[in-house]
Amino acid sequence: MRELLEILEGNARISTAELASMLQRSEDEIKEQIALLEKEKIIMSYSTLINWERYGEELVTAVIEINLTPQREVGFDALAERICRFDEVRTVYLMSGNFDLLVVVQGKSLKEISNFVATRLSTIEGVTQTRSHFLLKEYKKDGIILENTEQDRRLVIVP
Amino acid sequence: MTWSEKLSTSVQSIAPSGIRKFFDIAAQMDDVISLGVGEPDFITPWSIRESCVYGLERGYTSYTANRGMPELRNEISRHYNRNFNLDYNPDTEILVTVGVSEALDIALRAVLNVGDEVLIPEPCYVSYQACTILAGGVPVPVSAKIENEFRITPEELEPHVTPKTKAILIGYPNNPTGAIMERRDLLKLAEFAEKHDLIVISDEIYGDLTYEGVHECFSALPKMRDRTILLNGFSKAYAMTGWRIGYALSNADFIGAMTKIHQYTMLCAPITAQVAAIEALKHGEKYMKKMVAEYDRRRNLIYDGLNKLGLKCFEPKGAFYIFPDITSSGMTAEDFAEKLIRAERVALVPGTAFGESGKGHVRCSYATSIEKISAALKRIEKFLVSSK
Repeated sequence: MRELLEILEGNARISTAELASMLQRSEDEIKEQIALLEKEKIIMSYSTLINWERYGEELVTAVIEINLTPQREVGFDALAERICRFDEVRTVYLMSGNFDLLVVVQGKSLKEISNFVATRLSTIEGVTQTRSHFLLKEYKKDGIILENTEQDRRLVIVP
Repeated sequence: MTWSEKLSTSVQSIAPSGIRKFFDIAAQMDDVISLGVGEPDFITPWSIRESCVYGLERGYTSYTANRGMPELRNEISRHYNRNFNLDYNPDTEILVTVGVSEALDIALRAVLNVGDEVLIPEPCYVSYQACTILAGGVPVPVSAKIENEFRITPEELEPHVTPKTKAILIGYPNNPTGAIMERRDLLKLAEFAEKHDLIVISDEIYGDLTYEGVHECFSALPKMRDRTILLNGFSKAYAMTGWRIGYALSNADFIGAMTKIHQYTMLCAPITAQVAAIEALKHGEKYMKKMVAEYDRRRNLIYDGLNKLGLKCFEPKGAFYIFPDITSSGMTAEDFAEKLIRAERVALVPGTAFGESGKGHVRCSYATSIEKISAALKRIEKFLVSSK
């Protein structure tokens, strides 16, 4: 199962026939396993890593550090869940250190994001402070180097 | 008179490589999928590259000791102690070389007298025969059989033994077949070597790329340590082919003699590669294991794929090659390889490049991505259908 997950994490589009050969299982078995992994929400979704900049789309991303006042019984969870529900919010982490949540927000412009932070995030009750950092350039994302200059330099035939 | 007549007879007697022709055809084509590459498609893990860059920054640009940097020899010694329970003295029994290629060359030159015969199980890597000839020896090829999964047996070797037989040169896991020798096979070979008092030169460059069970090191067999010249390097397991770095392990007399040749011809292996090799042995194992796991999945994919196409092959257990029997196509190996690349732009190597016993087979390397292996299999299928 672990190996199956590893392969799918690197390439979600690989066919079940290929997976069956690679892992020496029957195709039906692979299909069953994947269905089970999906059902148990171990596989959450199949997403595609897109270089939007190359496509020509301007996207602004900000990383926002948020300080919270923890609430009785639920700690940070209730506030974190609340913040998660905004479409603009791509990622939410609870952090150790000087702040509590690290939130990644995406928008079409600087203005759109600052608006969102000012009117939506910082006004939530329990949010005591926000610090926004705007991303200038993406070099590596989810293990993939975006502008990779490494290439196959091998000769076509080598003994 | 032509200049070529002035060449040494031993060089003249070496046939040109059977691979050249396919290389030239492929070079003129776009969109070739190559299953013909005998080296990893991975780039050397970054931590290894980075340590070399760091070494350069600190001024590691000099010669090293002829035998190699003490730290590297210590690491090699430790590696063999840990993995095979073997003890090699880093000061006298280890020599760092410019790849296994150099190690093989000087091993043969160190032990052969003119006319000495070397038993060479075939199919085998292309330089075994040539290096034997260049060292003044006489290669005696012995065919391994597909029925026996290309393992060699004493019964097959025995008829070729003469009073002049000095050594046997083996390479398992094997290029081009992907065959391995299991412990029981090697024990028989060890007994054979002892019976005829032969030196064993064991090229174990693919040892870490063993997919079922563990690699059996020939030197680790009972009484074989001093009789064996063990050759290994970093090219395949750590994806470091271009660094040209390997080593030889044996008794102090053999290593001393090889060091003599090495110091007058090579002086030392490049210091940059030695620095990188130290890092590979110290911290490279996790990267290596990851690559091996990936080769293993590709092996399963291509083994299944070729069999489904009706190209019979035995399951390779090591290296990154598979050696299908293509006689069902009605073509010779050269024909098959040439027509395939011209018609469907898939490059592979005819088995005959690795000795007469490779006839009827082609070598496919699976040191390429899953996507490319799948695409190549589709092209080969198309080729087989259209050439019926």
